[in-house]
Amino acid sequence: MNGFKEKFWQAVFLLTACVSIAAVVLICVYLLGNGIPTIFEIGLSNFFGTTWKPSQDLYGILPMIVGSVYATAGAIIVGVPIGLLCAIYLARFCPKAIYRVLKPAIDLMAGIPSIVYGFFGLMVIVPVIQDLTGTSGKNLLTASLLLGIMILPTIVSVAESSLRAVPESYYEGSLALGATHERSVFATVVPAAASGVMSAVILGVGRAIGETMAVIMVAGNQAVMPTSILKGLRTMTANIVLEMGYASGLHREALIATGVVLFVFILIINICFSLMKGRGSR
Amino acid sequence: MINKVTTRERVRSYFRHPMALIEFLLTHIAAIIAAFVVIFLIAYILITGVPHISADLFAWKWTTKNQSMMPAIVNTLVMTFLSLIGAVPIGVCSAIYLAEYAKRGNKLVKLIRLTAETLQGIPSIVYGIFGYVFFNIALNWGFSLLAGAVTLAIMVLPLILRTTEEALLSVPDSYREGSFGLGAGKLRTVFRIILPTAMPGVLAGVILSIGRIVGESAALIFTAGTGTGNLSFVTSSGSFSLLAPLFQSTRTLSVHLYALMNEGLYTDEAHATAVVLLVLVVGLNALSSFAAKKLTANKG
Repeated sequence: MNGFKEKFWQAVFLLTACVSIAAVVLICVYLLGNGIPTIFEIGLSNFFGTTWKPSQDLYGILPMIVGSVYATAGAIIVGVPIGLLCAIYLARFCPKAIYRVLKPAIDLMAGIPSIVYGFFGLMVIVPVIQDLTGTSGKNLLTASLLLGIMILPTIVSVAESSLRAVPESYYEGSLALGATHERSVFATVVPAAASGVMSAVILGVGRAIGETMAVIMVAGNQAVMPTSILKGLRTMTANIVLEMGYASGLHREALIATGVVLFVFILIINICFSLMKGRGSR
Repeated sequence: MINKVTTRERVRSYFRHPMALIEFLLTHIAAIIAAFVVIFLIAYILITGVPHISADLFAWKWTTKNQSMMPAIVNTLVMTFLSLIGAVPIGVCSAIYLAEYAKRGNKLVKLIRLTAETLQGIPSIVYGIFGYVFFNIALNWGFSLLAGAVTLAIMVLPLILRTTEEALLSVPDSYREGSFGLGAGKLRTVFRIILPTAMPGVLAGVILSIGRIVGESAALIFTAGTGTGNLSFVTSSGSFSLLAPLFQSTRTLSVHLYALMNEGLYTDEAHATAVVLLVLVVGLNALSSFAAKKLTANKG
């Protein structure tokens, strides 16, 4: 009887563990199964073209792909230097008293819902950019700033833990050779943590490219190729949310296919991330 | 103190190593910027939002006039509860399998880890589209509470799995050995010894998931929809059914905030809603880190 109970529960645990496999398979099957036929129905040259005019059956999502890439790059340019330096500060410069306040504050940033960031961006960053540049204020610059802020906590926490994982002897060795504290940190500790820092950046890219509700509020959402940092742009995520509400037929399928393209981007980023992590642990 | 460095010596050292000075300044400026952003964000939401909180905003029924967030709050609670019913047992049991039963280097375990990591990396909008395509269209549930809850359950599953697994692994092996030594079986050891010891960690994961669910909007707009009514046990045909609320379109607090911003007419109400949402999510996250600290305190 007891043996049966043990076996039964072991089977239950195994089955539940397989749920995540089933979920991934289901997501892949349903998204790819819906998206790929649509892409071929629309035609590759149309789907990856530069004109998005669903009313004329033109479903070119290239402007949105470029928009996503630009916004993500902007977020990296804003978020990575600040995040990395902040992580270095937390790991190597910060007095204990400040650490006890600053660390939870940055963790708190990670918990704030993206819709609240969007609200903040719309109410604060957009008017400021509006005043400074004389444009509508909803453009690549605003989106980059907001996304940069949003990926900050991810980058800080991953980079900080990888900096802390560097053996103390590296730092001490550098000090013993006569380098100052700052030089030791930047010339020995930071390079030693390079793979961890890289995975922090990749995680940040993943967050930025998948971000939806915040970007939609501040990016302007024009479905054209972004030509300047002060022009509005539309990301793939925004494209889906903006039009899914009223789309039907092929238009709706095209939006789902946009999601598939985004999904493929994310899978590539995930693979990069696990490769990076594999390198780091070796 | 032998190594005491006076300010003057420090300044001199910076003169000799200008690069060090630049690095010193950069790290400090970055930390100040980060701190400033957090403080400014929270202060802005609170200061502009709190004055707009009024009793009208908590009226039981939503109307176009009061834009009450009460139905949205109730929906959020129900949505959270339903998602957790799905995600917690599955997540905890999977974690038990990975931490206690699985053999190291097992191919299946590697696959489970890989898929859990993949799930964790998928952005919420992709979950939203998947939920829409699968639950709303393929299973024909329409915009419904249930579609939203199942989508969210899949979304928080990897989070619960990972935090639970970490908590289980942090239970010292001597506990297991002690339990086996007293003649307990594997199952009894897991349920009576390991799981209770790891409870604060599990709880931290659950609370973190609640925060994620409450803050989620992109995955819900096309699964649970944006219905403004109160949940009711009366179906559209007028009959009473216990399952009726599961198939009604509902909006959670986050989606409510999105709708308010989208309409653009209710800025004051949006400010107030943002405060309630922020306080709720930040409070939940604080609770989670408190629970996690308790776990580490037990260990030490």
